[in-house]
Amino acid sequence: MAPQELLLNYLPIVVFLVIATGLACVMVLASFIAAKQKPDAEKLSAYECGFEPFGDARSKFDVRFYLVSILFIIFDLEIAFLFPWAVTLGSIGLYGFWSMMVFLGVLTIGFIYEWRKGALDWE
Amino acid sequence: MLENIAFLQSDFFTGYIQPVLVITGYVLLLVVPLILAMAYLTYAERKVLAAMQLRQGPMMVGPFGLLQPLADGLKLLGKETIIPSGANRVIFVIAPMLTFMLALVAWAVIPVNAGWVLADINVGVLYLFAISSLGVYGILMAGWASNSRYAFLGGLRSAAQMVSYEVSIGLVLVCVLLTTGSLNLTDIVMAERDWWVDLLLFPMFIVFVISALAETNRAPFDLPEGESELVGGYNVEYSSMTFALFFLGEYMNMILMSGMTAVLFLGGWLPPFGIEALAVVPGVIWFILKVCFVLFVFLWARATLPRYRYDQLMRLGWKVFLPLTLIWVVIMAGVLVYAEALPNMAGG
Repeated sequence: MAPQELLLNYLPIVVFLVIATGLACVMVLASFIAAKQKPDAEKLSAYECGFEPFGDARSKFDVRFYLVSILFIIFDLEIAFLFPWAVTLGSIGLYGFWSMMVFLGVLTIGFIYEWRKGALDWE
Repeated sequence: MLENIAFLQSDFFTGYIQPVLVITGYVLLLVVPLILAMAYLTYAERKVLAAMQLRQGPMMVGPFGLLQPLADGLKLLGKETIIPSGANRVIFVIAPMLTFMLALVAWAVIPVNAGWVLADINVGVLYLFAISSLGVYGILMAGWASNSRYAFLGGLRSAAQMVSYEVSIGLVLVCVLLTTGSLNLTDIVMAERDWWVDLLLFPMFIVFVISALAETNRAPFDLPEGESELVGGYNVEYSSMTFALFFLGEYMNMILMSGMTAVLFLGGWLPPFGIEALAVVPGVIWFILKVCFVLFVFLWARATLPRYRYDQLMRLGWKVFLPLTLIWVVIMAGVLVYAEALPNMAGG
């Protein structure tokens, strides 16, 4: 396939993106125009179950959220490696299969280590 | 010189403007039914939940309450858009728009019928995977920009949850790719599988549906918006159309996940169980029926199952689904390699 034809395949996505963006903007703008805007200080304060909001909401949070995102990056990268492998496994045969098994083995050792260390526990 | 310009202009028209207009038409053909589906999914949800709880559900607006989604939409349109004083205004408004856009745009690669697909790209699965990963940003941005404790915690929880289940969804996709040998969704639907390969894939189908529930923040995994503790999660501070966009985005994601299930596991637009006689019914109808079936399972789960605890949710994602899907990838690859049942086999 010529490179230009390949790019042309993506044109509908671009058009779709533009239309979706337009639709979202129109919807938000329409309610800005259609509805009566009457803001006041109480209405605009952050919701906190009847309290006056105190302090900044962006306080410290659990480090485990951070850990989860790091783990996610590792496994998502692994999946990115697995995609092309899975599609071409028919043509790369046993050699390709066992190469990936070695890679997965190394990764599994890391996974077991995380598990043992309690990185996957939430309490 | 002048002639040259005129020539360029006409070339510009046939080369760029015309295709774009045609594509716009197709996009609208897809978007309008999708938005209707989105609106009526909210209605269906209320009706199904009502039926399961021996209630009637919406009845007042129109016959059988059929105009209820329209009334809800108009009501939300007439509400004041509140942007909290402590919020980052731009990010606050962009977040719901992003969520809505991404949920919609992902449909570009889903084949609704043979050849009925907007962008028949050769990396359809990767595109879907990428777009659904981006969905996290809308929620994180909303949670951060609101500058409210509930929204912040809801956004964090939601992001961690989506990210965790994305891993198992990815590995399930790898399992499917092993049996199809192509990233193009039309090829995936058309891929011929032996019955034992289907049987091997079945556990992955279950995992995919459960992960889809978690990925779309639906019950029993609706912790990010757990009403009883977080009031509404990342969208507490939202009102009017900005809220509606989040709401629609969530339902759009449900329909998208059902569409993906139909394409990856249920044979897309093909008649069920390969019964040729049923092919008289157009493919789109089968596709819609399959999507409706999966959506019904989503609603059913909401009516039946109590909410998970957050530690249970993370345990299920990281300690059950991740090892299970990883092992399954190895098993499937091994079986297919040694049974020489892989697609695009050299010489086969």
